Parts: sequence; structure tokens; C-alpha cells
Amino acid sequence: MATTVAGVHAVPKSESGLWSWITTVDHKRIGVLYGVTALSFFLGGAPNVGWFAYSNLTSSQYSPGHGVDFWAVGLQILGIASLAAAFNFIVTIINLRAPGMKLMRMPPFVWMTLVTSFLIILAFPVITVALVFLLFDRFVGTHFFVPSGGADPLLWQHLFWLFGHPEVYILILPAMGIVSEVLPTFSRKPLFGYPVVVYSGIFIGFMGWGVWSHHMFSVGLGPLADSFFALTTMLIAIPTGVKIFNWLATLWGGKIELKTAMLFALGFIALFTMGGLSGFMHASPPADLQQTDTYFVVAHIHYVLFGGAIMGVFAGIYYWFPKMTGKFLNETLGKIHFWATMISMNLTFFPMHFVGLLGMPRRVYTYSPNMGFDTMNLLSTIGALLLGASVLVFVVNFVNSIRNGKPAGSDPWGGGSLEWAIPSPPPSYNFATIPTVRSLDPLWHKEGREAALAANQVRGPIHMPPSSYWPAVSALGVTLLLSGMVFGWFVGIPGLILMLLGLYSWAFEPVT
Amino acid sequence: MAVAALSHPAPEAHPTSTGLNSRKMLFWAFLGSECMFFGSLISTYLIYRGRDSAGPHPHEVLNIPFTSFSAFVLLMSSLTMVLALAAVQHGNLRGTKIWLAATALLGMTFIAGQCYEFTHFFYDGLKLQSNLFGCTFFVLTGFHGTHVTVGVIWLWSLFMMAVRGKLPVERALDVEIAGLYWHFVDVVWIAIFTLVYLIQ
Repeated sequence: MATTVAGVHAVPKSESGLWSWITTVDHKRIGVLYGVTALSFFLGGAPNVGWFAYSNLTSSQYSPGHGVDFWAVGLQILGIASLAAAFNFIVTIINLRAPGMKLMRMPPFVWMTLVTSFLIILAFPVITVALVFLLFDRFVGTHFFVPSGGADPLLWQHLFWLFGHPEVYILILPAMGIVSEVLPTFSRKPLFGYPVVVYSGIFIGFMGWGVWSHHMFSVGLGPLADSFFALTTMLIAIPTGVKIFNWLATLWGGKIELKTAMLFALGFIALFTMGGLSGFMHASPPADLQQTDTYFVVAHIHYVLFGGAIMGVFAGIYYWFPKMTGKFLNETLGKIHFWATMISMNLTFFPMHFVGLLGMPRRVYTYSPNMGFDTMNLLSTIGALLLGASVLVFVVNFVNSIRNGKPAGSDPWGGGSLEWAIPSPPPSYNFATIPTVRSLDPLWHKEGREAALAANQVRGPIHMPPSSYWPAVSALGVTLLLSGMVFGWFVGIPGLILMLLGLYSWAFEPVT
Repeated sequence: MAVAALSHPAPEAHPTSTGLNSRKMLFWAFLGSECMFFGSLISTYLIYRGRDSAGPHPHEVLNIPFTSFSAFVLLMSSLTMVLALAAVQHGNLRGTKIWLAATALLGMTFIAGQCYEFTHFFYDGLKLQSNLFGCTFFVLTGFHGTHVTVGVIWLWSLFMMAVRGKLPVERALDVEIAGLYWHFVDVVWIAIFTLVYLIQ
């Protein structure tokens, strides 16, 4: 089930300038554009409703102003972007693999991207519908979430968490994929139990749909629902635990190199395990009733999402920065960044376990003295300031290394996967000739390495998607159309026209 | 989005790992995503059913004989869609044009029926803001109607391609994908018709 012949088209030239960015088909550039546009989120003012925006706090009565509108509309646009990307990833990964690249030879990061993409296309429509209801409530005066109109405030919670729990796996699975690539490279050993790591990722993806109500134990869903969701929540800890033991076994007996990327990957394992253990504690409804809405939950979410997802992302940045830019990130600053993050992260969030169990509520910034919260909160404050400083170290390192970093060759870490066979930064077409894949880590096999390196020679035309500015026009149209809901028809109507023009012209472009 | 016109014949597509066409695979994934979209809308309707103290209630406004007729029209459009695909696959240009136009016209009849129905409900006192039935009914059926409208535009675009002779046998996939969408929208209507109209 793998592709056998390569397509044929002219060798693309490297391009620069604004126009080349607007019409780009290069995934690195699309990623940069995505990141830059995401910053526009800060334009709209804060939606003061907590991250899960429970109804009816979001109603016009309790949240006047445009903060919530902008948040809801922004999430819709983000949803469209994420759906488009996820469809693209699914089809590319399933249908456009290199010859010999069987599913069970795919790098773990690609596998986790596939699982994540399926979660995205199934979870985002649910939040889309919930936000549509919310926008109707706020703009048209319906009462989907208005209790005086007979509505059930729990509807939002169910819709939100039916999206929200798969969403936490959307955040953590890519980080797990990154760690599964970094650990083998710096242990000089193949990933231990690769198929099991893949299967547990898929299992987590499935089980992620059956646990959402564990966010809602405190609303009183009844003993049957509570028991069911407690059991599924405990069950989902198993594949996660399996992965952790696989990573530990990958390290076992390996020739470990403590580069910054490896340190972050190890930090991921340690902190994510702690977050998993506290998560397992509130899988039990009676324990959860004590912990809901206290700082204990705040500690948990930061151990899994900061200690987990963010540490994984940092590992990925240090690991692939040389591939993306052709330059190393400074290792000394990187190690300072890691240790500062590791220490300050624990200083900030570990005391929250204690104040949470002592009963300190989350989202309330004041408390009376003599509650025993003072010292712990002081530690958290110091930790948070240090955490900010450690990110500054990273920013300095990032900017400096892009300008004057040490040049990295095509394979700075001696990695086993295919990306290390092509030059850094990679040309827009990646491989000049698509290589034939014979193993999971081709560069660690003699014949695989030769085949991969040979694939860098341009032997003929290369198939590339055609450049087009219509995607950018359509995206601008969608953004204006939905912004029109906040700012008025004079933004929305041109947006609608632009969107239709963009989509229609895009659809009728010649395909190559 | 899947429509693409070309004056010269398309070069052979990328060979794919599964042997399936990539556009078709993407479209099936898209329909999976749409299932969750309509699933959430229909679930909300069902959860809120019967919670209203103030009317109008479903049995006071819903006109089953009339909507059965529109449902029949929409179901028949699936048949004409299949005939359009068969025609384009056999290179029958005249049949392609006739059946694409027939499908689009049946879709437009359905939309017209929905416009009439909505207006009628409005004068019966059922507005978007009236009660939970009003909110959930209009948003659910409104989104379905929007999907049908998009499908009608898509079908007329294909019809124009056929008129200009840009829909040869090699481009039958364009019609097939539009057909997937059209049948999906029909299936969703069967679910809505059963759960909203028939089981009150």
C-alpha cells in the first residue's frame, strides 16, 4: 500500500519577496504565516469568561462588549483553518507516502499527526455548533443558553467538553510524537516497541471521545454516568502509561547524549507523568468533588499542558531548528533555558497541589490571611516570574541563532529518519527524487542511507502544487465575513464577496 | 471546491498509496466531519424537545403532508444525481446536462418549499426567538437549507461546465464528488424529517 512512481513537473526555483509568500505552497512558509496571523487574536480585547466560557457567563447580560464576540468569531476562523489543515494532513499521510513507506514505517510524529488530524475533523464541528448557538444568542436574541427561556446551561458544558477533551489530546499527541523521535536519536537506539507506541496513540485517540464528562462530575450527572466516565478515564491512563514505559525502555542501555532537545524530552516524561498521576486522582468522582475548581486542578492542567505539551514543543524546536534554518540553537543558552524552565515550572505549579487540597479556589485572586496559603502563593509568584525570564532566554537564543548561529549540516544529530538526508534548510521540494523506504529509520541502515542521499540529485522534473493567491484571498474573505459579525455589515458584505470570489476562482484554477 | 475546469486534458494524477483518488478521500473525511456538525445540531434539538412551556409547539405548526412532499422532491433529486453521474461517465453530454439541471431544479424546489414553510411558521407566531423549539428548529433546518443552497450553486456550476463542453468523461470525478455531497445532504434530511417531523 505505498506509492510506486513519482509524479513529474518542472523543478521549482527558490523565490523571495512578498508575492512569493502570498502564493506560497511551501509548508514551512505556511506555518510561519499561520503563526503570525494567530497573534491577531490579541486585537479584540480579553474575553473574561475563563478558558471554557461556561454559559451563561458568556451571555450579553454578563459579558457586554466585544470581548466574547471576538473570541467566538476568532475560534470559528481558527476552526476553519484547523479543519483545512487536518483534511490535508489526513489525505497526504494516507495517500501520498513515498514508495515503501508502509504505515508501520512512518515516523511516530507523522503517526500522531494523523491521529490528531482525525480528532480535529471530528471535534471542531462540535465547538463550531456550540459557538454558532452562542453567537445567535448574542446577536439575534435566541435562548440556547438562557435559563429563563427554559434552556439547560449544561448544554454548553456537554458540547464544550465533547470538543474540549479530544482537544487536550490534540495538544498532547503531537508532543508525544516529538518525544518519540527525539529520544531514539539521542539514545542511539530505535524506539522501543514502535508498534505499541503507535497503537497506544490510536487507542488514546479513540478513548478521548469517551471521557468528556469527567470535567463535569461536580454538576451531578448521577451514579451511572459518573461511574462510566470514571472507568473510561482510568482506562485511558493505560495507553499513556504504556507509552511512558516505552520511552523509558528506549533510554535503557542507550548511549545517551544530553543535548538540549533531549533534556526537554526527558523533562516531558517526568512532568507529564506527574500530571498524569494527579489526573488519575481526579478520575475518581468523590476525589474530584473535593478538587474541582481548586488550585489542584490548576496544578494538574499545567503539569500536563506545560510540563507535557510545551516541554515537548521545546524539545521539537531544539531538535528541528537546525533542519528548518540550517543553524544550531546555542546549546549553552539552551541548557540555561531548560534548567530555568524546569526549576521555575515546578516552583510555580507544585505548591498549587497543596493550596488546592487546602481548598483555595481557582480564578479568585484574593484570599483572607491565616488560611495557610501565603507562603505557597509567594513561591508560585517567584516561580512565575522566573518562568517568564526563562522564556526570555529562549527568545534571545532564537533571535541570535537565526542571525549568527553555528551552521548545522544536513544531519546535525545523526538522526535515523528521512528528513536528515536532505539539506538544511530543505529546498521547497524536499527530495529531488522520491526515495524508496525500506525501514523505520533508513539513515541508520547502510543501503537506506545511500538511497536517501542519492535522492537529493535532481534527475528530472519535480511535481509541485501550483502557486496561487486565491487561497489567501479566500482566507481574507472568510476573516472579513466573520469579523463583520462583530464590526458590522460594511466589513461582512465585502468579506462575503471576496470569499466567494476566492473560492470560486480557486476551484476553477487549472489543476496540475 | 472540488470543481476544476481545464481546457487541456489533465496530466495523470499523482499515483496514490492506496490507489484511491486523493480528492475523493478528502471528501469522505469532510463528510465525516459534517456528520459531527449535524449530529450536534440534531442532538441539541432532541435534548431541548418538549422543554417549552410557551408555544407554538411542534404539533401546532408542523405540516407533515407538505413537508413529506418536499422530502419526496429532495429524495428524487438523489435519483437524478445518480443519472447525471451515469451520463457523464458514459460521455453522454446531453444526458449530463439534462440530469444536472433536473437535480438542481429539484433542489431549488425544496428550497422554495422551505422558504414557504418558514414564512408560514413566522405568521403562525413561531420566530427564531419565540422559544427553544423556534431556536433549535430554525437553526437546524436553516443550516440544512444552506447546505442544499451550496449544492444547488455547485450543480449549476457543473451544468455550465457541461454546456461549455468542459465536462468530458475524464472529469466524471467532479460530478461524482458533487454527488457524494448531494446524497449526504439528502441523508441528513431523512434524519431531520424523521426526528423532527414524524416523531414529535
